[in-house]
Amino acid sequence: MSDYNFAYLDEQTKRMIRRAILKALAVPGYQVPFASREMPMPYGWGTGGVQVSAACLVPEDRLKVIDQGADDTTNAVSIRRFFERTAGVATTGRTRDATLIQTRHRIPEEPLTRDQILVYQVPIPEPLRFLEPRETETRKMHSLEEYGLVHVKLYEDIARHGQIATSYAYPVKVEGRYVMDPSPIPKFDNPKLESAAVQLFGAGREQRIYALPPHCKVVSLDFEDHPFEASKADHACDLCGSATSYLDEVIVDDAGGRMFVCSDTDYCETRRDAGHLGRLSASGPVTTGQEDAA
Amino acid sequence: MYVAVKGGERAIENAHAWLAEERRGDPAVPELSVAQIRAQMALAVNRVMAEGSLYDPDLAALAIKQARGDLIEAVFLIRAYRTTLPRFGSSRPVETADMRCDRRISATFKDAPGGQVLGPTFDYTHRLLDFKLAAEGEVPPAPQADTQPGAVPHITDFLNRDGLIQTEEPSNAAPPDLTRQPLEFPANRALRLQALTRGDEGFVLGLAYSTQRGYARNHAFVGELRIGRVAVEMEVPELGFAIQIGEVELTECETVNQFAGSKTEPAQFTRGYGLVFGQTERKAISMALVDRALRWRELGEDDLGAPAQDEEFVLSHCDNIQATGFLEHIKLPHYVDFQSELELVRRLRAEVAAGKEAAE
Repeated sequence: MSDYNFAYLDEQTKRMIRRAILKALAVPGYQVPFASREMPMPYGWGTGGVQVSAACLVPEDRLKVIDQGADDTTNAVSIRRFFERTAGVATTGRTRDATLIQTRHRIPEEPLTRDQILVYQVPIPEPLRFLEPRETETRKMHSLEEYGLVHVKLYEDIARHGQIATSYAYPVKVEGRYVMDPSPIPKFDNPKLESAAVQLFGAGREQRIYALPPHCKVVSLDFEDHPFEASKADHACDLCGSATSYLDEVIVDDAGGRMFVCSDTDYCETRRDAGHLGRLSASGPVTTGQEDAA
Repeated sequence: MYVAVKGGERAIENAHAWLAEERRGDPAVPELSVAQIRAQMALAVNRVMAEGSLYDPDLAALAIKQARGDLIEAVFLIRAYRTTLPRFGSSRPVETADMRCDRRISATFKDAPGGQVLGPTFDYTHRLLDFKLAAEGEVPPAPQADTQPGAVPHITDFLNRDGLIQTEEPSNAAPPDLTRQPLEFPANRALRLQALTRGDEGFVLGLAYSTQRGYARNHAFVGELRIGRVAVEMEVPELGFAIQIGEVELTECETVNQFAGSKTEPAQFTRGYGLVFGQTERKAISMALVDRALRWRELGEDDLGAPAQDEEFVLSHCDNIQATGFLEHIKLPHYVDFQSELELVRRLRAEVAAGKEAAE
C-alpha cells in the first residue's frame, strides 16, 4: 500500500478537512460543510470519521478504533487495518494508551485526557432531520436558533409515554447556541460529552464536520419537571462486576437466558485484570468473546 | 454468548478468500477476461463509466469482473479509484455538434440535415431469446455504408432559428464541481446536470417516468438523441492553444417540451438536456426529463409538489454509492443503540403494567 499518501488522503484533501475541523472547533456544535471524498469503504460505514482521523493522524500517533464500544467488531477491525496499512501508525486497544480514538456509537468509560482526540462516525449529523427533512430548512432553523420543534417533539414524547422516549442520539445544546446530534451514542454517554479531549464528528455521506473543543459546555435537552437522565440496564456487568458501565445484553441459550456485559471491552478487561469479578466470572467457560468466534 | 459480529481479522480474511473463490466460479469454466467484458458487456461498461464518472472502459470492465457483475459495486470501485487521481486541469467543453454519430434520431422531424441514423439499437428488435447465442456462433458482418460527408447540426437549432424554442444563454462561468465542493442548495443547473449524469440510472429513470405519468408532466419530445464520439481538447498553458488529448463516446439527448407561455411571453417550447458517457440512451433521456422538471422555477412554472421538481430530494438521493452505503450500513452492529431502545420499551411497558395494577 506504499502507493498511497500517508493515511491515504492526499495532502490537499487533508488540508481542506483540517480547515473544516478548525472552523468546527471555533464554532462548537455548528455543522461545517466539507467536500467529503469517496473512500474505499462504503458511505455509512465510517467514511466521515475515517477522513477526520486521516486528517488528524501523525506518524507518532497511537490509534484505537471501537465500534459499539468494542475493538474487535468487524468494522472496527477493518478501519484499524486500513490505517495500519495506509499510515503505519501504532494501534492499541487500551483507551489510556491511545492518542486518537475513532468510535462508532460509544464514548469510552474511562475519562479522556487533554492529550487525546475522539473522532465520532456520524450517520445523520442534523439533529432536526427527522423533524424537517429539508437541509435548506434546517440550516435556516439553526441560523435563527429556532429550536422549538425539538422541544415540541420531546414534549410529545412525555405526553404520549410519560417520559422522553429518545434513548440514543439524544440532542444536546452546545455552549448555549447550537443544538447538536451527538451521533447515535446511548444517552448514557451524554454526560461524557463534556470532556478534556478534543471531540470531532465526521459525517462523510452528508459532508459535514462538527466539533466540541475541550471542556465545552454540552447540555442534554430536557424540561425542569422532566430532567435528563442517563439511563442504562439495571444490572452489573456479569464479567467484571461494574455497576456503572454501559452494558450489552447477550442472549446465551435457547431458553432466553441472558447476561449483561460491558460494551466497552477495554474497560471490562482492565477491570478483570485488576481482579474485579462479576456474577458469572467463576462459573465456567464464558470468555470475553474476543477470539475465534466466527 | 453472542459473538456473530466479533471474531475479527481472521473472519474477515476468510470471508475475502471465499468471496474471491465465488467470484471466479466453477474453475472448469474458462475465466472471463477484462477484454471480453469490455467488448461484449459494453453497455454495462458504459453504465459503470457514467455512474462512476470516470471514462476508462478497461478499468470499468475490470471493476465489473471484480464486482462479480454487481454494477453498483463496480461503480463504487471506480469512484474510490477516481478520487485518488490527481487533477491536471479541465478540458474545453466538448463540441457535440461535431460528434461522429453512430446513432442520431429525432422524434420531432421526419428528416433533417445529417439524416436519421438508427445505429446499433435494441429498438425494433423483437425481444425473443436468441438461442443461437447459446451455441456461441459468430455473427456475420453487418452491411457497411460510407459515412455521409457534412456536419450534423443539432435539430433544436432549427427550432431556435424561428424563436420557437427557448434560447439557452451561453455562460463562461466555471461550473461548480460536485466532487470537490460539498453539495449545497439551491444548486444551479450545471450542478444539477452533473449530479444527474452520474446519478443512478434506475432512480433517474423512475423520476423521469413519474413526470410522464403526471407528477409534474412536461410533455417531452425527443428533439434529438445522438450517440457517437467527440474529441476532448485541453488548453495547455505552455502551448497557448488547445490540443486534442483523446476521444470519448457520449449520448446526448435534447428534449423539446411544451410551455404554455404567459401574458408577457409568447408561447415557446422549452428544453431538457441529458449528456452521459457511453451509449446510455435510457439514462440520457431520463436525465433530460428530470432536468426539465427541475427547471420549473427558472421557467416560471408552479411547484406542483412532484418529487421530480424537488431539487433537494432529487440531488440528495440520486447517487447510488451514497444510497447503497447508507442502506447497507444497517447490517453493521447496532446493539448499543438497540439496547438503549430495548431498555426504554421495557421501562415504558413496566410503567403501563404498574399503572393497570394500581387501577385494579
